[in-house]
Amino acid sequence: MRIGVLALQGAFAEHIFVLKKLGIETVELRKKSNLDMSLDGLVLPGGESTTQGKLLRELGMYDTIKEWIQKGIPVFATCAGMILLAEDISNDERSYFRTLPVTVKRNAYGRQLGSFRCMEDFKGIGKIPMTFIRAPYIEDVGKDVEVMAEVDGNIVAVRYGKQLALSFHPELDDSRLIYEYFIEEIVNVNR
Amino acid sequence: MANERYQLNKELAQMLKGGVIMDVTTPEQAKIAEAAGACAVMALERIPADIRAAGGVSRMSDPNMIKGIQEAVSIPVMAKCRIGHFVEAQVLEAIEIDYIDESEVLSPADNVYHIDKTKFKVPFVCGARDLGEALRRINEGASMIRTKGEPGTGDVVQAVTHMRMMNREIKRLVTMREDELFNEAKELQVPYELVKYVHDKGKLPVVNFAAGGVATPADAALMMQLGAEGVFVGSGIFKSGNPEKRANAIVKTVTNFTDAKMIAELSENLGEAMVGINEDEIQVLMAERGK
Repeated sequence: MRIGVLALQGAFAEHIFVLKKLGIETVELRKKSNLDMSLDGLVLPGGESTTQGKLLRELGMYDTIKEWIQKGIPVFATCAGMILLAEDISNDERSYFRTLPVTVKRNAYGRQLGSFRCMEDFKGIGKIPMTFIRAPYIEDVGKDVEVMAEVDGNIVAVRYGKQLALSFHPELDDSRLIYEYFIEEIVNVNR
Repeated sequence: MANERYQLNKELAQMLKGGVIMDVTTPEQAKIAEAAGACAVMALERIPADIRAAGGVSRMSDPNMIKGIQEAVSIPVMAKCRIGHFVEAQVLEAIEIDYIDESEVLSPADNVYHIDKTKFKVPFVCGARDLGEALRRINEGASMIRTKGEPGTGDVVQAVTHMRMMNREIKRLVTMREDELFNEAKELQVPYELVKYVHDKGKLPVVNFAAGGVATPADAALMMQLGAEGVFVGSGIFKSGNPEKRANAIVKTVTNFTDAKMIAELSENLGEAMVGINEDEIQVLMAERGK
């Protein structure tokens, strides 16, 4: 199994660290020539969506990755990654892959003083730690989007087909349960 | 609770990794920086090159000017306060700044003490020339470190010196016997626990960026290849001939810092780089401030 991790900017090294611990081969995707290979899954890490989205387009990676997602490659997106997938962003005119039929609000908890950590239920897993850093949340979901977690009435995790998107950062916490869920329930059933 | 806040603040720095943080003085510049792919902006009234030129005392920026920049962009906004000036830091926290840079670029407000950054909820980044400075700042509550370099010069030599020094000292700590760490803590004037962390992990406990004198894409890549986790560019962008193009090129270079072919293409026709001053031509060594 080989998972590609978008490595344009942000906390990609943290995802790679966890995946390696789970015995999974990873590759960093930094430029167009990195996309000439077959991958079993894709991680879109946290960071700044404006930076990542711009680099995706200008480094010529956008079309290929969008096609992969549309064809059903398993995707694990956290924070900025969720913004890249969202069909609509309520407080930003920019948009990126638009493969996930949800409306996302960027920096929904405000500035850094609004960042927080909590323990909440994740559907099918139970209580897990959730770390929100200048995080977005989902305001509205389209048809067939499954809500996986809510915090204070706001949607913070969804699954839509092979796309799993989270507002928070499992790569920063010790729990590996969401990674195992992604690998077992989304990647492995695909192969 | 204070511990959790510190953890969250270190984690925000992790989200900035692989990115470029740009100095901006107006909302228009902030928008240019964001559009060019900056992962954060540093709001300040005068960039370091102009602070050098103007001389006199330089202080925290007008909160209204910082608010204007906060409203103009969606990426994190940082701002500088003077070394030791905890009230300037309180003011910046009151306007919900995302990161405070307790910076040697401004005139120091205290010749002995840095700010007790553990008393704040907002995160701090501080400059360091070597491992001792870095760990002392972390012990005071900094959740991110950057090299001091020599700001406002366009001369990368000091940033290189500081990054190499820090790397060398980290490697030296790693190779030490455990019973030598106690004395090392004394030498570095930092708690044993921080020394032990570096010994065990081979890195700082917080994210480490390069800053001070980065002017070209190649400068940025140099710092990344030397181990920086991201880059601050101060005067280098808005003191150059074509800020937009240079900002774009530096952002792409930081993502692909080992791809010399790409860096070559990105370095073409960028217009004039900031003129720059050599380290031995300047009168104020900002890196000497706050040790």
